[in-house]
Amino acid sequence: MATAVEILALLFCFGFSLSAAFYFHVGEREEKCIIEDIPSDTWITGTFKVQKWDRDRHDFLESAPGLGMFVTITTYNDEVLLSKLYGAQGTFYFTSHSPGEHIICLESNSTQLVSFGGSKLRIHLDIRVGEHDLDAAIAQAKDKVNEVTFKLEHLIEQIEQILKEQDYQRDREENFRMTSEDTNRNVLWWAFAQISIFILVGIFQMKHLKDFFIAKKLV
Amino acid sequence: MPRWAAAAGRWGWRLPALLPEITFELPDNAKQRFYEDIAPGTACALEFQVITGGHYDVDCRLEDPDGKVLYKEMKTRYDNFTFTASKNGTYRFCFCNEFSTFTHKTMYFDFQVGEDPPLFPSENRVSALTQVESVSIHEALKSVTDYQTHVRLREAQGQSRAEDLNTRVAYWSVGEAFVLLVVSIGQVFLLKSFFSDKRTTTSRVGS
Repeated sequence: MATAVEILALLFCFGFSLSAAFYFHVGEREEKCIIEDIPSDTWITGTFKVQKWDRDRHDFLESAPGLGMFVTITTYNDEVLLSKLYGAQGTFYFTSHSPGEHIICLESNSTQLVSFGGSKLRIHLDIRVGEHDLDAAIAQAKDKVNEVTFKLEHLIEQIEQILKEQDYQRDREENFRMTSEDTNRNVLWWAFAQISIFILVGIFQMKHLKDFFIAKKLV
Repeated sequence: MPRWAAAAGRWGWRLPALLPEITFELPDNAKQRFYEDIAPGTACALEFQVITGGHYDVDCRLEDPDGKVLYKEMKTRYDNFTFTASKNGTYRFCFCNEFSTFTHKTMYFDFQVGEDPPLFPSENRVSALTQVESVSIHEALKSVTDYQTHVRLREAQGQSRAEDLNTRVAYWSVGEAFVLLVVSIGQVFLLKSFFSDKRTTTSRVGS
């Protein structure tokens, strides 16, 4: 039973959202990509907010009216997991099916063909890997025991994520071993091949030239 | 919805640590700036590492809102810098790859702002034991995750070098074998061509 004050506080926080977050600048039609190397079955949440540069005021507008962001998520073998157009502010989620590098790209849908001098966008971005947002549930907790349960669930989630990363790390080390063994085998066999080419070609040269000189009556 | 937005609703203004950690590609001759609004008195830590590309080095600079340079390193492979924000405002940090002409680099950084509040606020008296366990377990798990990230980055570096080596060995071996073959057979025919014109003169000398 949340009191009116708590509800107001919660709503106030929604409005405050990303203004204290970390941000960077991009050109209007520039695509910015982020690489996330994650194990399989990992949940990723990304929150972003875009602001547009106002040339007259020489400052960033509070929001970017009419501007949307294309969010594209591809795996390392170019399989597209998510490709959607969001508004100037939004949240995207996805779960990885296979372990590896996932590339998250953000691009605005600005229709300006030429980027005017000084025209840029400010993107606030927050990406969370492997954590569900349990604090909403914690805020609603009816009593302390429930809250303890939720917080323990958070810890358990953290542990599970660590275990997943460990398994992933083991797979990667196996990959690394295979690549190194491949290189080793390549070096060995190609060295053999080159030595045998040397010997065979040498014999061919000698025989051919000998026959040639005998035919020419020089020997 | 960011985690701290909802949490703050119940216990007042309790902002947990922001930890943006990003792996991105820095093209050659480019620099990438990031900005962060920090309140004074917050303990912050910037850590970065170059994963692939060239000599695995990058320039890094961290400035406070007045433009004073707090940290500056040229051509570093990885580093960790902690500081406490003394002024209120936007702190900027920048990674430059301008010295590199054609290698673009993949790099990782994480910028921790503020300390995490304890999972249990002090007025919670469910159990003192639970409080200690949750706080220290949470901190321990966080440092485990941190170490795992370091291992993952180093492994990515090793993997990229191993793959590079493998491709290079394969291509150069094939190329070398091919060149060997072509040159040896070419030698024979070249040598033969030296003797083909002099056939008439040789026979005259012989007789």
